[in-house]
Amino acid sequence: MMPSAGLRFKTYLLISMMVVFGPLGDVLLGKGMKHVGALADWTPTGLFRFFDTAFGSTTIWLGIGSLFAFFMAYILVLSWADYSFVQPASSVAYGVVALLGYLVLRETITPTRWAGIAIICAGVFIVGQTPPRTTES
Amino acid sequence: MLRETVFYLLIVVAGTSGELCVTRAMKTIGEVTDFRPASLLRVVFRAMKVGWMWIGLGQMTLAFFALLGMLSLENVSMVIPVTAMSYAFGALGGKLFLGERVTPQRWAGVLLVCVGVTLVFIGKG
Repeated sequence: MMPSAGLRFKTYLLISMMVVFGPLGDVLLGKGMKHVGALADWTPTGLFRFFDTAFGSTTIWLGIGSLFAFFMAYILVLSWADYSFVQPASSVAYGVVALLGYLVLRETITPTRWAGIAIICAGVFIVGQTPPRTTES
Repeated sequence: MLRETVFYLLIVVAGTSGELCVTRAMKTIGEVTDFRPASLLRVVFRAMKVGWMWIGLGQMTLAFFALLGMLSLENVSMVIPVTAMSYAFGALGGKLFLGERVTPQRWAGVLLVCVGVTLVFIGKG
């Protein structure tokens, strides 16, 4: 079935929101968790203390807020588009994560990893050529 | 390494299964056409009344905590890409669980994504 221009537009718009808010949330969580430190004590008390510290962090909450915006865009787009379209199409976010990790967290990205991210983007492009919805509305 | 593997499996399996259940719940609601805040709120409330949504959210919560644990052990630009193996699992789930038509072109795209993910994993600095 041929998707209408409107269907494609709103699908791409919400996927774009996912691509922005998802990585932003992940990076904020990453930054927050680095501040909290590695989980060393695996007893229930240790786990409680770990998550208590994590949820006391503003950065963690900003990350959760971004992931909430991501989730809203996600469930809305899934009300009409295929999961097998939305899931790979939104993986452009991996490039954004790596870029944010490189720019904000000063993480090292090797050429192999950049190549991997480029291939992921090529895969997304191919998926993007297929109709966003293949099931009955 | 065992901890990373357990976290990784939880992120991929519980995360993807959860998303498939959430998709099924949203398909039950039907296509959202009104994007005004009040309407969106109604959509969310309607979605929360669908059992699949809760099953999905439960699994996604488990995957989220596994993600937090993994992020405390590895760099974010390493953690997020390796979880993309869930694409193959997701495409299969979309076909079998949701009845989507996953064309060879779509499979090719998913395969490329998986290859890309493997490279990202190999290229860990």
